[in-house]
Parts: sequence; structure tokens; C-alpha cells
Amino acid sequence: MEPVKAIEMKGISKAFGSVKANEDVNLTVYNGEIHALLGENGAGKSTLVNMLSGIYMPDSGFISVYGEEVRFASPKDSIKKGIGMIHQHFKLVDVLSAQENIILGDRQGTFIKRKKLTQEIKKLSDQYGLDVNPNKKVYEMSVGEKESLEIIKVLYRGAKILIMDEPTAVLTPQETKRLFEIIRNMKEQGCAIIIITHKLNEVMEISDRVTVLRKGKSVGTVNTKEVEVQTLIEMMVGKKIDLAITKETIENKKLLLEVDGLYVMNQEKKHALTDISFSLYSSEILGVAGVAGSGQKELCETIAGLNPAEKGRIFFEGENILGKTPQEIIRLGIRMGFIPEDRLGMGLIGSMDIVDNIILKDYQNAPGLFLKRSRYYEKANRIVDKLDIQTPGIFCPVKKLSGGNIQKVLLGREIDSDPRVLITAYPVRGLDIGASLTIYDLLNEQKKKGVGILFIGEDLDVLMDLCDRVMVFCGGEMMGTVDPSQVTKEEIGWMMAGGKMKQEVRA
Amino acid sequence: MEGFLAAAVIAGTPLLFATVGELITEKAGNLNLGVEGLMVMGAVIGFLVGYRTGSPVLACLGALAAGSVGSLIFAVLTVSLRVNQVVTGLTLTIFGQGFASFVGSSVMGAVLPYSIKEFFQVIAIPGLSSIPFIGPIFFKQDIFVYFGYVVVVATSIYLYKTKKGLNLRSVGESAASADASGIPVNLYKYVHIIIGGALCALGGAYLSLVTVPVWQENIIAGRGWIAVALVIFASWNPIKALVGSYLFGGLNILGFRLQSVGIHISQYLIDMLPYAATIFIVIISTRKNKKEDMPPADLSNPYFREER
Amino acid sequence: MKWFSLKKREEIPAKKAWLIRIVAVVLSVLCAGLVILLLGFHPFVTFGEIIKGALGSKIRLTQTVLKAVPLTITTLGIIIAFKMKFWNIGGEGQIMMGALAASVVALNFPDMPRGLLLLCMGIAAVIGGGLWAFIPAFFKAKMGTNETIFTLMLNYLAIKFVTYLQYGPWRDPGSKGFPKVADFTQNAVLPNVFGLHIGWIIALLLTVAIFLFMNYTKKGYEVSVVGESIDTARYAGMNIQSIIITAMLISGGLCGLTGMIQASAIEKTLTYSLSAGMGFTAIITAWLSRLNALASLFVCIAFAVLLQGGAYIQISMQIPAAVADMIQGILLFFVLSSEFFLQYKVSFHFKKAKGVA
Repeated sequence: MEPVKAIEMKGISKAFGSVKANEDVNLTVYNGEIHALLGENGAGKSTLVNMLSGIYMPDSGFISVYGEEVRFASPKDSIKKGIGMIHQHFKLVDVLSAQENIILGDRQGTFIKRKKLTQEIKKLSDQYGLDVNPNKKVYEMSVGEKESLEIIKVLYRGAKILIMDEPTAVLTPQETKRLFEIIRNMKEQGCAIIIITHKLNEVMEISDRVTVLRKGKSVGTVNTKEVEVQTLIEMMVGKKIDLAITKETIENKKLLLEVDGLYVMNQEKKHALTDISFSLYSSEILGVAGVAGSGQKELCETIAGLNPAEKGRIFFEGENILGKTPQEIIRLGIRMGFIPEDRLGMGLIGSMDIVDNIILKDYQNAPGLFLKRSRYYEKANRIVDKLDIQTPGIFCPVKKLSGGNIQKVLLGREIDSDPRVLITAYPVRGLDIGASLTIYDLLNEQKKKGVGILFIGEDLDVLMDLCDRVMVFCGGEMMGTVDPSQVTKEEIGWMMAGGKMKQEVRA
Repeated sequence: MEGFLAAAVIAGTPLLFATVGELITEKAGNLNLGVEGLMVMGAVIGFLVGYRTGSPVLACLGALAAGSVGSLIFAVLTVSLRVNQVVTGLTLTIFGQGFASFVGSSVMGAVLPYSIKEFFQVIAIPGLSSIPFIGPIFFKQDIFVYFGYVVVVATSIYLYKTKKGLNLRSVGESAASADASGIPVNLYKYVHIIIGGALCALGGAYLSLVTVPVWQENIIAGRGWIAVALVIFASWNPIKALVGSYLFGGLNILGFRLQSVGIHISQYLIDMLPYAATIFIVIISTRKNKKEDMPPADLSNPYFREER
Repeated sequence: MKWFSLKKREEIPAKKAWLIRIVAVVLSVLCAGLVILLLGFHPFVTFGEIIKGALGSKIRLTQTVLKAVPLTITTLGIIIAFKMKFWNIGGEGQIMMGALAASVVALNFPDMPRGLLLLCMGIAAVIGGGLWAFIPAFFKAKMGTNETIFTLMLNYLAIKFVTYLQYGPWRDPGSKGFPKVADFTQNAVLPNVFGLHIGWIIALLLTVAIFLFMNYTKKGYEVSVVGESIDTARYAGMNIQSIIITAMLISGGLCGLTGMIQASAIEKTLTYSLSAGMGFTAIITAWLSRLNALASLFVCIAFAVLLQGGAYIQISMQIPAAVADMIQGILLFFVLSSEFFLQYKVSFHFKKAKGVA
């Protein structure tokens, strides 16, 4: 029997301003198929599926669903056609309960019938093996629960075509495994599934066919069984590329930073960090693994002096810096660089130019009332040259740069201050492979210079390849420190989910 | 005491309409600081129509229409054209005041026809009004006050029991999530901004038709702004808005009351009371921790689907 | 199917940006003209009269400048607050408190030497207005209290309090039952330079000073950073509380100075109506000048023309002054809308889009 074409996209183009996000892209997905959409960050995967979900409208091209040509003016039209999208950044309303989120936008009846709804949700959960408490508020949920809720939400609307944008990015290996079971289950029930990812091993594991996108164009569609990983990389990047991250062990380490019995409360007055103790040495990259919200943010900000701690001590070369403000830390001459997670919301000011961003941490040390920007032109040019930042000039607002170049401005500024300790939170998030590799090289270069680097990561493969030691956090507690060469990814995943490791690793 | 509380309910009724109106607007994620302007537009049109036609119903409809048009301008600017909401609201207030003083100049000092006064006279609700204490305060009032109760109850049911109300809350909390769920975000915003604006105007009309009832330019006297503060005080809950409005109604008339019992403080100093109390409320409302008591998370953020 | 689509613009050529703004102004004039026509007046004559009333003679020109001076200084104050995303709607109250503080000095030391007295009045006004802005700034900095309502309520408190003084304890017994505060002595009145009170020089100097402050000083930079992102300011080790409070002291201080100038040079006494809505108008002018101090000078002059012209047509054509307010509102709505067309590109699909059969 000829398989049914669930989705057919032909010659799709979409531009944002002068950026061509999609150019003449083709994609066909059949019923009962798991179709992976593979590509680097910025290759146009999200843009493409957002046209299926009605968020964007294509500039040109055709879309047909079950053989019928469609033009979606809004998500409503797409939902009507049985398409359900699970966005990378969950589209859930925090203060509402699970069941309220599920019936958002539902048109049947005037009043909310909670009892009936609870039963329906229960039935769906059982059918697909999902676990969701209908009355739980979204803000009380873990990432895994939110993912399940998003899936139930689309199933409740009777979606037969599921699109998942980077669903595994924030999950532990175990949660990912569960998710894949659910996806296979849905496939067996006849759904068509599109899964977006940039993780090759997941593509190989779950998908039937793969479509690769590169710089907004479709490179080709292949059967997963008939393709090698190396071929996929080439299709994705456009050239042969060595994905291996170098790691050099450097002897003669000195203690730089010592965290001792640290307790931190978050804004809701709950424990964000409980009894954290560790040491960071010179010439090492110390990784931090954990699902999002395990206390990574609080850890970085507390060390940088931005967050008050409840108790504990933080020694920088023997001096307790806990309780000191960032100004005091700067004035003590303690050279610490910090690459925060939210680049444009915390590390940089998007609407200001490179010069104004370079002076952000320096201006206080210069005497006088005036800024004297011209003194920093040289420094700005130096950073632009050294890190090869693609920009029209040093007076260009940083938000106009690409993600990789924005990160380079931030990293460049922090490295230029010649730090002893560098704290980096998700430094490659959203960057393409080339830019990510550049960032890893820069970090390794700093490591060679004797800098101690705290590396908060989300991709376990990268953490294991890059770091000398990896600390694993769960719910604000440290589950243990491991030597990446001695453990498997699954073991780290087990610790991320709350399993304790007995053996400790010394630097 | 009963007399004072009954008067407090009357004085709180214009605030109640405006507060619920602004509450509905904010639930849609838009902060309309033009309440003062909408109220004064409602007051002048209500008065003008009432004066010319002698029909209380037409007067109220006129006020509703004035509020709808005023808030439609706000909606076009902030929803479709994504202009800053604070600035647009202030402009609406300035425009509304100019409009009202111009339109109202022809009826300055005029007296409303008897038919209107008759319509808004006190009607005791049989049964309910004979409940001791409660009855005389809440159920020996004019029809406008009763309508206020209806609006509060209807708004509560709408917000918390119906699917449309749920959709509305999601639009204010996270427009992007609502959009992804297939809710027509802009339509919801338009409809509720207009309903909210119409209610604000109705509150203004109550002042010019019943409470005062003469047309004067400074008739609103900052009540629109107090309503904006009351929404915060009420934690975006219509029932709490009712309590807050009557409380402030009481503060408004406290001066007369004190003078009638022989305590003499300058009227101008007593006039400061509601404003000072509002500041006090804004300060204490800062200390809220419960997620449910927070403002709609997407309040005053313009929404553009293709934002990247 | 929608018949139009929107795209966010990346960059817009300066020429095109000005074209859009000019179109907005022209459209608003047309719309205002329509309103005037509906009211039964001749639009061209009315506009002509407005211009004539504002710039037509030396006296009228003087009046226009006298209106521009307080508006400019208040606008500068608002710009600083708004740059920090501190929505200071309390200009009215800060003007009032500045005037009140200056009046305390003027009425208590009427015989002080003129220069010294005026200096003391100015300082008192800056402190008075500054303190009135300090209160909400303090609560915002320490507790995160919503400043919009707070500053607004302080307007009413200030105005009611001055009303109380005017009708009560400060009422001048010599004014034959008319409720007013005693006039200032000549020493407390600002001197004239070129036929205008010295306020215009103060306004020009302050414009330049605030421009330099916002663009070239560390404090100005800090104010901008705090406005863009509190987290970034925290990250950079800025003392956010002190920045908010300092900036608001300056913002309120400037408004207070406006109050002193109005009380000293225009009213020559304290009245509760002295702020005359300037605190609100300044918000609009600040926004229209895109929070740029130099631009605000021109915007304020344009506004003063409209205000003065509006007052003139009231007498010359018997058009109620409120019409000028409405025209102002219409103008604003259009100019505000034009910002949208600067940021987004609208394309209309009268024909079917490419690729559709």
C-alpha cells in the first residue's frame, strides 16, 4: 500500500528582513513515520516548522496536508488540520494548571467542565504512557513534566501530525529515552512525527528518514538506515569537519577558588543551592552538569557576587569573597570573568555598540566624571580582530550581530581583562557548530594560560569531551564529581536525576 | 453608620466600574492609563445625551459608546501599531479631557431632566433590603449600583468559569502561548480593551448622571488613577475590586461625614486622604509572593507573532 | 487569508524615516482640519491663526517662548527618568513642591539681596522637587514598588496641599477676600534678559548640560544601562539603588526648578494651578523627542507654538481652547503611530502572492 503523505512542503522561502531563513525548501513526511529535521543552529529548521504551525507565513511555496493545499494564517488554522507543535521554548501559561493549559483555545461549550476534563486527560495519559497531574500548576512542574503536558495538549486536540522542536535539549538521558518510547508509541498509532534536533546520535536512534537543512536550504532527504553519521555531518556543515574537542591535561595545578558549604536561597525563598563544596584549580575546566534549574544560575551569580548567600564561604586565592559586591571584588583586583547565560539580558546591552559594551566593567576604575570612550576604541578593535568578530564596525549595536559574534564580544571582553577564573554558563547555546568549536578553542587556550574555568553545560557529550572533571547537580544539591573518562553518559544522567555517586574524583 | 456605609457604596460605584473595566483590560495584557480620560468622556457624553433626550438608557448607551471609541483608539495604537502603552494611555487622558471640556462647554451648569433623576432613584429590593444592617447598605440603592453587582459577578464567572475567560487570562499571561494554542490574540485584546473602556466610561457617567449630577470639567478628580491602583490592590480579582472600590468610596465621603459630626479639618486636607491611601496600598501590594496574585505576566508587552 | 503582512524592519534610511514622520504630521494636520471643519470653522484660517497667534508679533513670540521654557526644563527631567524606564508621571507634583519650597524662601526672606534670594529659591526648589521624586524612587529601589501610580498620586497630594495653603494658612489677608497667597517682593522675581525672564537662558544651558550628562558622563551611562537591563547593571557591579535615587533626584529637581521659575517669573506668587498640566505634556514631548535632550528643545518649541496659538484662536476666532487640546491629542496619536511604520514594513497583497495557483 502506498504510504499517505501527511505533509508536503514545496519550494518554501521565508525571509526576515535581509536574512533568508528558508530558501526553496522541500519536505515530505508520511504517516507512521518519524522524520528528523537536522541542521545547525540558524539553518532554518525552526522557521520551517513554524510555517507548518501557522506562526509564520511563507513568502512563497506550497504546503499541503494530506494532499490538500493549505495556507495557514494563524496557529488556529494549523490546529484544525490536525497539526500539533511542541515548541522548543514551551508555550505554556505558568499560573494555570495542567488541564487549563490543555483546553486553551478549545471551542466546544461555554463553561469549563473540570471533572469530565480530568477523566479525558487520564484516558489520554494512559493510552500513550504519559504522566501528568491535571491539577498541578505549570510553575510547579519539572521540565520533563512540562514536556509531557505539551504532548498531551496536542494529543487532546486530536493532532495526527506532531512537530517537536528540539525536545531533548533540556532532558536527562533517561527522560530522553522515555520520550522516545512515547514517540514510537505515537508512530504505531499512525501519527506522523517531525523531530528537530542537532544531535546526530538521536537522529540515528529514533528517526526513519532525515532531511538536512543548511543555511536555509534543504540539502537532501535520506533513509536513516542507509546513511553514515559522517555523511550527515558533511551534509549539515557543508564540508568535512572534525567534531572532536581536544583535551589536554596540564600538571602543576594550583588552587584558585574554593567553595565551602554554600547555601543559597532563590527569589521564592526556597533553597536553590544546598551545602555545595568544591575546588577549582588553575589550568582546568571544571564542568557542571544538571537539568536546567538545578542551581547552576545561582552558583554562577553567587560566585560573581551578584547573589547573596545564606551561609558558606568562597575563597579566591585564600581570601573570602562571599558577601562582597561585584564592585568590591573588582576593586580588590580579583580578576574573574563571567559569561552569563542570558547574554543580551545580563552580559551585554543589545542596543548599545561594541565600545559601550566593552567599557561596561571597566568604566568604574577610570578616574573622573566622564566616560572618555575614545580610550577604549583600541581595545574594542583589538577584541574584534583577535576573535575575528564579523561586524560593520565597533559602533554597531551588538544586537544586530549574529549569535556567535555576540557571544564573541562577551567572551572577548571577559578574556581581555586577563582573568584568573572564568565562569561560563552555556557559552555555546544557540551557536552553530563552527562558532561552538571556536568557543571551545578559546576556552582551551585560556586553560593553557593557567585560567581556571567553570563550565556550565547542557550537552553531556560536550561536557565529557571538554572538561577535566564534571560536577553533577540535581535540585540544588551536588550529587558528586566524576572523571569523564571513567563514567558513561547514562551514569551522569542517573546522577542528574538524583542518584548519588560514592566515589569522588580529585583534580 | 448604616447611612455612611450606604453612601460609601454610592461613592464607590464609579470606582467599581472603572476598576473592573481596567481589570478586564489588564487581563488582556494591556495597561491602559487612559482610564481618567475614558471616565471623563463617558461623563460628558452621558450627561449630554441625558440632557438632550431625557432618556437614562440612551445616556448610558452614549457613555458606553464614548468609552468604546476612546478605548478603540488605544487598542489600535497599542495592539495593532504597538505603541508604548504608558504614553498612549496618557495621551488618551489628555485627549479625553480636551474632548470633554470642549463638548461639555455647552451644558456647563445645566440641570438634568426629571425623567433621569426618577430613573436613578433608590429602589429597595423586596426581601433583601429588609435584612438588618446589610439590607439598607446594599439593597436600598439605585439601579446603577445594582448593575455594578451584576458586572462584578458576571466578570468573575467569565474569568474563572468559562473557556473564553480562560483564553483571555492566557492572552494576558503569555500572548505567545495563547497564540500557539490557536487563540486569536489580537481579537481578544481588542474586544476586552473595548469592553473595559466602555465600563470605565460608564463609571464616569454615574458621576455626571447620579452622584453630582451637574457637568463640571474636573468631575472625575483623579478617580481614574485610583481605579488603576485599585486593580493592583485587588490582585486582578473582581471580588476584591468590589471591596476596594467601596472602601475608597468611604474615604471619599469621609470629609463630609467628619464635618457633620463636628470634627473640623480643612476639606482640602481630607481630600488628600484617598490619594494618600492609594500610595499606601501600592506600597503594601509590593509585598506579594503568591504567583496567583501577580499582575498578568505579559502586561504591557506588545505582541508580534513573527518577533525573533 | 490576510490582505496584508508585516515584517520587522532591520534598518531604515534616515531619509525614509523623516519622510514617514512628515507624512504623520501632515496626516494629523489633515485630520485636525477635518475636525475643525466639522465644528464649523475654516481649517486653513484656523491654522493660519494658530501660527499667527504664536509667532505673529513680538509679544506673541515672547508668550510662546515663555511657554516653551518651563516645558523644556520639565521635559529634560522626564527624559532622565524615562531613560531609566522609571515612569515618572509625577512632574506635576514635583513642579508644585518646587514652587512651594521656593515660595517658603521668598515669603520668609523678602528682603534678602536679589541674587542671593533667587539662588536660595532655586536651591530650595530643586530640593523640594527632588524630594518629591525621591519618595517613590526610594520605594522603587528598595522594594520594587510600582512608580507609575505612586508618582501620580503624589501629584494630587502636592496640588491639594498647596490648595489647602492657598485657601487656609497662607491666604493673604490683604487680598480682600480673594483666596490667594501674598505676592512675592520684587527681589524674588527673576530678572529679564532681552525682554524675557532669564528662564530661557537657564533652559538652554540645562538642555546642553543634560545632553552632555546623558551621553558623556559615567552617571548618564549608568542611567542608560539600568534602563536597558537591571540584570546587566547588576552584572557590571553598579549600585542600582543609588543610581535610581540619584537620577530621580535630578529628574525631580529639574521639575522643581520649573516650579520656581513659574512661581517667580510668571505668577509672582504660589498658586495651586501653576503647574497647568506641564508635568503631563512633558511626558509626551519627552517621548516625541525620543528621549534626546537636544531634540526635546525643538519639540518643546513646537508644542509651545501649538499651545500659544491655541490660546490665541480662543480670543480671535472664539474657538474654545479645548479644541487646541484635541488637536494636540490627534497630532500625538498620529506621530505615535508613525513609530510603528518606522519599525515595521507593511506590504499589501492586492494581487495573489507569488507561488499561488
